[in-house]
Amino acid sequence: MAESLVLALQLIAQADAQLLGIAALSLRVSLTACLLGAVLGMGLGAWLAVARFPGHQALVWAVNTLLAMPSVVVGLLVYLLLSRSGPLGSWGILFTPSAMVVAQTILVIPLIAALSRRVVADALAGGGDQLIALGARPLVAAVLMLVHERLAAMTVLLTAFGRAIAEVGAVMIVGGNIAGVTRVMTTTIALETSKGDLPLAVALGLVLIGVVGLIHSGVALLPVRDKAMREAMA
Amino acid sequence: MALKNLTRRVVLPLLLAATGALAGSPAFAQGKSIVMASTTSTEQSGLFAHLLPVFTKATGIEVRVVAVGTGQALDIARRGDADILFVHDTAAEKKFVAEGYATKREDVMYNDFVLVGPKSDPAGTRGKDIAAALKKLAETGQPFVSRGDRSGTHAAELRLWKSIGIDVATNRPAGYKECGCGMGPALNIGSSTNAYVLTDRGTWLSFKNRGDLVILVEGDRTLFNQYGVMVVNPAKHPQVKADLAQQFADWVVSPAGQQTIASYKINGEQLFFPNAATK
Amino acid sequence: MNAPAPATVMVAATDGAAMPGPPLISLHGAAVRFGATVALQDVDLTLHQGQRLVLIGSNGSGKTTLLRLLHGLLPPAAGERRVHPVQPSGRAPRMAMLFQRPFLLQLSSRRNLLLSLWLAGVPRSERAARADAALARMGLQAQASQAATALSGGQQQRLALARAWALQPDILFLDEPTASLDPASRGEVEALVDDLGRGGMTVVMSTHHLAQARRLASHIGYLERGRLAALAPVERFFTQPPPAAQAFLRGENPWH
Repeated sequence: MAESLVLALQLIAQADAQLLGIAALSLRVSLTACLLGAVLGMGLGAWLAVARFPGHQALVWAVNTLLAMPSVVVGLLVYLLLSRSGPLGSWGILFTPSAMVVAQTILVIPLIAALSRRVVADALAGGGDQLIALGARPLVAAVLMLVHERLAAMTVLLTAFGRAIAEVGAVMIVGGNIAGVTRVMTTTIALETSKGDLPLAVALGLVLIGVVGLIHSGVALLPVRDKAMREAMA
Repeated sequence: MALKNLTRRVVLPLLLAATGALAGSPAFAQGKSIVMASTTSTEQSGLFAHLLPVFTKATGIEVRVVAVGTGQALDIARRGDADILFVHDTAAEKKFVAEGYATKREDVMYNDFVLVGPKSDPAGTRGKDIAAALKKLAETGQPFVSRGDRSGTHAAELRLWKSIGIDVATNRPAGYKECGCGMGPALNIGSSTNAYVLTDRGTWLSFKNRGDLVILVEGDRTLFNQYGVMVVNPAKHPQVKADLAQQFADWVVSPAGQQTIASYKINGEQLFFPNAATK
Repeated sequence: MNAPAPATVMVAATDGAAMPGPPLISLHGAAVRFGATVALQDVDLTLHQGQRLVLIGSNGSGKTTLLRLLHGLLPPAAGERRVHPVQPSGRAPRMAMLFQRPFLLQLSSRRNLLLSLWLAGVPRSERAARADAALARMGLQAQASQAATALSGGQQQRLALARAWALQPDILFLDEPTASLDPASRGEVEALVDDLGRGGMTVVMSTHHLAQARRLASHIGYLERGRLAALAPVERFFTQPPPAAQAFLRGENPWH
């Protein structure tokens, strides 16, 4: 075990090309998914915070439940969609990084929507009246609240990124873990561990923990004003 | 004002960057490629890293390997998500052809299975006879780890048990354990619990976590493991890249492909023995 | 338990108060309900251009509700609210509202003003000028680039005033605007409101500071338990209190 650790540190220090390539792909896939998820998820969250229609409560419940959906389930559903036998087979993106981005975006949208809805709803409870009195329509007020509480919004995005980059179930199924094409940190760790080749697996594990750790340090350092959210993140 | 600026300066560039990131990915790279569904044991043996670059150099076609269990590989091919299959379960392959998902299958190469177990061999299996070895395992109840994952290896293992009259579904030997996992994980479990495992030689040679395990039974003809290649039938799935896939099928049974297979060695030992039918 | 007297109808000034201008908003038999609770009922009131109406009454008497009803933030559950065109232009009156704790976005003071001008639909070419003018009017030029949420309580309320004033409202509504402020800040804000009011702005304000009410108002409205119990020009209200308000006035410390 100690031997693996030493070899792992050597790989990191030498900036092993394979290691860097895998880490870079992980970052590209998860960052893209989180950016897309941010636009769609925050839009959904803001809308849910102000929209009122029959079934609204059910939709909120659904989003809150889906945020804990297992990544393998998301992977399986996206696979069925993107398979050549499936409805979106003509897109031809199965077993490519694009499919992985799609899967991770779907994975993080409920998380981002549920948490940003909370941020917006709490903010509107404090000052929504006044924004409306100034002439803001409800959805505009909701979006303004996201700008107002941008630190909390940033925290939501960092949390989503942490979830995306650390998941293995979805990218394994829709990416196929193809060497040099769709192999990311988490799938490589799984593969190398199963092969009994621990040094590379440990090295990647350290890199992955390092990336996620950096993110969470960033979250901890942001002065989040909303006490309830801070406690929820802890 | 602020919102429109925000949209223009932040949101749109983000979306463009996202699309750009996707566009820059290998998925949209120029050049020809095919998806090959194969098995974890084949990939983990390291054969593909040796074989495929030679093919790509000769034809310019990139081969992307999705390595899963045989059962899942066949499923992926049935759905049309792979262009070509390269697995080692002749019975399942013939069924695949009979179902019309491929027009034919061709022999490519074989490797063999070995029985590994603890050096001390408490069940007394050492030798050249796998049937006798399995009988001893059933009698002594020593721990045995099976992959249990519908893979080619698993199918071969079940056939061997059947050949001595044991149907593990109904008549499980005392120490028999199923992990539902790949060859590597099964060996991991075997090495940490000092159990017997039936494994392909390729995975064993590259396996680094052996613990106390050594090869106890090898060389029995019934342990030979035949590989076959099948191009997925475009009649079933029009988007299959049948012509490119056929180029691979033709190449791998050609003298050039067969020699490349034979030249793959681990620690000086040849792993795969080419046996394509000469035309 | 005495039934409160019917609301005193607005009378022509006989004791030195300025002549009231044309009507802007009138309420007839208006009521507001929150679920089962009746917050306001039987309100007959006409707000005139140039009036400085200050509403007083205990907590829960309906001051804030009446304010919001007049503004239009709350709909009447019964009766009617009618809005009259501004003279001489004939357009609908523009209204702006200040709250006890102003909600300001986490942006600079100037951006907050620009944002509210945008929300009000003011054309882009005018926004910068009006924002700067508003900052100057309220003495906040030095705070233009400071984060609005970092300003002191008094500065924030003055910024809220600037925000309201920038919209060039015809009626300025203020809901207990100095209740959270220390005496010095209170004085600053009062001075600005007074200035605006004496300059001709129609003002409707609620407060629980009687001395402040006396200083700023042209007319006082007294609310009790959801009804407008008394309405009179300011001097008469304090020198010859309407019967309905006498108990209330006796109970309050006159130096607040």
